[in-house]
Amino acid sequence: MTEHVPDTVDNAIATPDKHQPYELLGLKADEYAQIREILGRRPTSGELAMYSVMWSEHCSYKSSKVHLRQFGQKVSEDMKKHLMVGMGENAGVVDIGEGWAVTFKIESHNHPSYIEPFQGAATGVGGIVRDIISMGARPVAVMDALRFGAIDHEDTHRVVNGVVSGISFYGNCLGLPNIGGETWFDSVYQANPLVNALAVGALRHEDLHLANAKGVGNLVVLFGARTGGDGIGGASILASDTFAEGGPTKRPAVQVGDPFAEKVLIECCLELFQGDCVEGIQDLGAAGISCATSELASNGDGGMHITLDNVLLRDPTLTAEEILMSESQERMMAIVRPEKLEAFLAVTTKWDVEASVLGEVTNTGRLIIEWQGETIVNVDPRTVAVDGPVYNRPMEYPSWIDALQADSAAKFARAQTGTELRDQFLALLGSPNEADTDWITNQYDYYVMGNTALHTPDGAGMIRIDEESGLGVALATDANGRYCQLDPYVGAQLALVESYRNVATSGATPMAVSDCLNFGSPENPEVMWQFARAVEGLADGCLELGIPVTGGNVSFYNQTGDVPIHPTPVVAVMGSIDNVARRLPSGWQDEGENIYLLGVTRDELDGSSWAGAVHNHLGGKPPVVDFPAEKALAGLLAAAAHEGIVTSAIDLGTGGLIKALTDGVLRFGVGARVWIDELQQRDGVDATAALFSETTARVIVSVDRTDDVRFRGLCEGRNVPVLRIGVTDTGSASLEVQGQFEVSVEQLAAVHRATLPAHFGPVVGG
Amino acid sequence: MRVGVITFPGSLDDRDALRAVRLAGGEPVSLWHDDHDLQGVDALIIPGGFSYGDYLRCGAIAAHSPIMREVIDAANKGLPVLGICNGFQVLVEAHLLDGGLIRNDHGTFIRRDQKLRVENVDTAWTNTYELGQEITIPLKNGEGGFIADDETLKRLEGEGLVTFRYLDVNPNGSLNDIAGLRNARGNVVGLMPHPEHAVEAGFGPDADRMQSGTDGLAMFVSVLTDTVLSK
Amino acid sequence: MPTVIVEVMPKEVLLDPAGKATARALQRFGDGEITDVRIGKRFEITLNTDVTPELLEHIGELARDVLSNQVIEDVTSIHVAD
Repeated sequence: MTEHVPDTVDNAIATPDKHQPYELLGLKADEYAQIREILGRRPTSGELAMYSVMWSEHCSYKSSKVHLRQFGQKVSEDMKKHLMVGMGENAGVVDIGEGWAVTFKIESHNHPSYIEPFQGAATGVGGIVRDIISMGARPVAVMDALRFGAIDHEDTHRVVNGVVSGISFYGNCLGLPNIGGETWFDSVYQANPLVNALAVGALRHEDLHLANAKGVGNLVVLFGARTGGDGIGGASILASDTFAEGGPTKRPAVQVGDPFAEKVLIECCLELFQGDCVEGIQDLGAAGISCATSELASNGDGGMHITLDNVLLRDPTLTAEEILMSESQERMMAIVRPEKLEAFLAVTTKWDVEASVLGEVTNTGRLIIEWQGETIVNVDPRTVAVDGPVYNRPMEYPSWIDALQADSAAKFARAQTGTELRDQFLALLGSPNEADTDWITNQYDYYVMGNTALHTPDGAGMIRIDEESGLGVALATDANGRYCQLDPYVGAQLALVESYRNVATSGATPMAVSDCLNFGSPENPEVMWQFARAVEGLADGCLELGIPVTGGNVSFYNQTGDVPIHPTPVVAVMGSIDNVARRLPSGWQDEGENIYLLGVTRDELDGSSWAGAVHNHLGGKPPVVDFPAEKALAGLLAAAAHEGIVTSAIDLGTGGLIKALTDGVLRFGVGARVWIDELQQRDGVDATAALFSETTARVIVSVDRTDDVRFRGLCEGRNVPVLRIGVTDTGSASLEVQGQFEVSVEQLAAVHRATLPAHFGPVVGG
Repeated sequence: MRVGVITFPGSLDDRDALRAVRLAGGEPVSLWHDDHDLQGVDALIIPGGFSYGDYLRCGAIAAHSPIMREVIDAANKGLPVLGICNGFQVLVEAHLLDGGLIRNDHGTFIRRDQKLRVENVDTAWTNTYELGQEITIPLKNGEGGFIADDETLKRLEGEGLVTFRYLDVNPNGSLNDIAGLRNARGNVVGLMPHPEHAVEAGFGPDADRMQSGTDGLAMFVSVLTDTVLSK
Repeated sequence: MPTVIVEVMPKEVLLDPAGKATARALQRFGDGEITDVRIGKRFEITLNTDVTPELLEHIGELARDVLSNQVIEDVTSIHVAD
C-alpha cells in the first residue's frame, strides 16, 4: 500500500529547500521564483499544482495578453451600445432587443483531438456549451470549424472519423442543433488538426449570471459529475513527488465526455436559475477546481475557504493535487446563499445530479483550501487567476514572407477556351476544400429544438429565439489559413469580412464577434509576429465595421513537427434579425428570376481556391479588404430582406463567382443561365478572373422580375455596384455560362459530392 | 383534448412534441418520468432523445422508469400512445410494440429528410392520412435498424401492423424497410422518423419551398380527431 | 475449432458513462447492494487451427492495436475458451 502524504503550508514553511518539479509542470525557473516571492515561502505541492495550470499559456494568455488588449481598446461608443458583457467573462453577452440577449463563444480543443479524436472533439463541444450555461443562458445551437491534414494522408481518416463522430455523438445527445461550420484539409494540419467549437445561447436580460463569488458566508457548491482522474497527466508528477513510497497510478491525459450528464446539467442549471437559487456560477474546464475557485474568488469578495475532502470522488485514490487539477467533465461550481441551499438541492436531486458544499465565500482576500484537517493552499486568488505572468515575446518579420508574396499566381497561363475553363471549374468544385461536406454534416442533427431557420449548406446558420415575434440570430464562422500565411493582418481581416458577409447574406444585421486564434509556438518569433499582426488586423477591422469582439480563445503550439500551422484565426460573427421568416435562402427556387452580382470584381487570384485546386500553388498577396463596401453591402441586404425584394442571396467567398453560382443551383436543384462578358467589360477582367477571383464585398442575389425596379433603386440609393448577370432556369437543369460552357445540375452534384465519400465512405442515400 | 409528453432525463425532442401538439390544436401536458401520474391525459407521446444516455440499449432504462408502469397499463386499456425515435425504442423495450431497434447498418448517426409511405391509417395517430400517402419526415438516429425474427416479421406483415415504410432509401438497414409500427388495437404507434419536426412551415424539411414541409402535422391532428378508437 | 476470448474494459481511471448510467438504473431495483457497474466488450475469436503461444501473442497485438483503443481502454483478458 502506498500512502499519500499531503504537503501542508506548515510543511512548506518547515522545508523551504525541498526540491519541487516545477519544470515538469511547465513552469519556468523565473516563474517558480515569482511564486515563491508572492507567497514568501515555497509553494505547497497543491499550490504549485494550481499556479502551474493557471499560469499555463492555455489559462493565463501570458503570451497573447499584451496583444489582445487591442480588442478592448479599439472600441467606439457605438460598439458598446448592445454589449451587456464584454471580454473576460466566460462568454460575451449581446442585447438583441425585446428583452432578449444572446451569448456566444468559439473555443479550441485541438491537441486532445489529435491524441483521441472522438473524446477530444466531444469534450470540446461539452466545454464550450458549459461556458454558455454559466452565463445563465439556454444553449440553442452549436457550430464547428474544423481543419484536418491532407485528405489522402493515411492518418486523416482516423482523425476525421473520430472528430466528426465525437461532435455528432456529443452534440446530438445534448439536443443542440448543429447549424453550420466549415471544414478544410491541408497538410499543415496533419499532426495538429484544429477542432474549434462554437456554442450560442439565449437568455432574458434578467437571467444574466456572472462568475463571481460575492456575499460573505455564501456557500460554494460543486455539482454535476464526480471528480476523477481525467486529464491530469501532469499532476501525476506531483503525486509521485508526494507518495511516501511506490508510485502513483499513471493518470491519462484524456477526458471522457458524458453528454447525457451534460444534458441533465443544462436542464438542472436552467431550473436553478429560474428558482433564483444561484448567486454566481462557473463551469469547470481546463484546470478544474483550481480555476473555478481562484476565478470566482478573484471576481467576487476576494476570499474563499473550502474543504477539499468534500469533493465527491469517482476515484477515491486521487491525491489533493490531482483533485485540484482534474479536468473531469460535466461539473459546475455555484455560489449559493445559505437559505437557498435547500431549494438548490431539491433541484439537483430532481435531476439526479450530485452536489456537495465545499465551503464558503470570505472577504479575507485569501483562498484557503483544507485537506484532511490541514491547510494545503493559502494564496491570494488574484495571484493565481488574474495577475499571472505577462510576456512581451520577441517578434520577427518572417524571413520567407517577402519571397512568398512575390511568388504571384499571375505566372500561370490563363484558360483560353471554354472547355479549359470548364475543366478548371470541375477540378475546383471537387477539390477537398470546396467539395460538399454532407458526409460530415449528415451526422449532425439540425432539427432538434424546432427553431432552426438556416443550416448547412446555407452560408450562415440561423436560429429563432422568440417563437412569438420571430426574433432570431444568425452565425457564421470563417478563416482562411492560406491568406493568413501570405499576410496575417489582411488574412485575419478577410476572415472577419467573410464571416460578416455570410451573416449579412442571411438577411441578419451583424452585431458581434468571437474569435478562436490558432497559431504555432509563441516562442517562435516569426509565429509571434504572425499572431500580433493577425490580432491587429482583426481589432482594426472590428473598429471599421463597428462590431465588438466579445470573447474567444487563443490556441498556441499548433504545429506538425517543427512546422507551425498556417495562422488560422477563426472568426465567428453573430447577427440579429427581427423576424426569421424574412431570412434569405441561399439558392434559387423559382423560374425566370434575375440574378444580380453586387460589388466589383478585381483580378485577385493569389492564394485563391483556383490557385490551390488548379495549380497547387500558394503565393502572392491576398485580396484587398474594403470595409465601407462591406458595410454598404450588409446594409443593402438587410433592407432587401426586410422589404422582401430579393428571393435569395449567396456570398462570394473561396471559389469566387462560379462557386457561388454552383451553390445557388445545388441548394434546390434549379439551374441558371449566366453571362460574364458585361462583367469582364465593366471591371476589365478576363474570364478566369470573372469566374474564380476572390474579390471581397460581393454577393449574388436573385430578384423576382416584378421587383426589379425597386431592387435597382435600392442599390442606387446605397451606392452598391450592381450588374445583371443571369436568370434562373428550371427548364434546362444546368448551369450555363454563355459562350463558355454548360454543366448539368446532375454532373455538378456528382462532382461536388464525390470527394469526401471517396475518402471516408458512402453517404446514406447519396 | 389533452396530450401528454413524457420527459425523461436525456429526452431532447420533448419540447418539440409539446409544440406539435399545440400547433395541431391540442392542449400539451408535460409529464415527468419519475411520477406515477398521467394527469388524466387523453393521449400520450414518448418523445425522441437519448433517455438516460441510451448507454445500455436505446430506450432500455426508460422502459423501466416509474411512469412507464402507468403508461403500459393505460396503453393496454386503449390510451393512444405515440413513440417517436427514442420513444419507439422505449415502446419496443417495454414490449408494447414488437421487434427491436439496433445500430444503423452503416454504423453512423444519420440525419436526413426521409420519404415514407403511410401503410396503415386505422390507428389513433394516422387516421387523417390517405392510405399509401407519401410523406417527407426528418429522420435522425444512430440506432434505427428495425429487426425481428422471421415469425414476428411475417405476423407484422400478415396482420398489417406495419404503419410506415421507408421509400427510395432505406437509411439504416431496417428489415422490410419498416419505419414504424402499430399494435393490434391501433392505439399504440411507434416510428423512427420525427413527425414533430415537420409541423411548422419554415422549420421543417425542404418541400416545394425552403423548409416548408409539414407532413408530420397530420399525426398530431389524427389523435385529436381520433375516430378509430371511439368506433 | 478453438475460440480465443478477448475482454476489453474502459480504463479504470476514466469515466465510464455507460456503466454509471446503468448502475443508477440497477440501483433503483435493489436495496443498495449494487455500488457500481462498468461495461466492457467481449470478443470471441474463432480459429481454424490450434492455439500456439505465437498465435496467442499475435491475437494479443491485434487486441491492443485493433480491438481496443489504448488511450481509453485496456485489454483485461485474453484466454482460450474451454
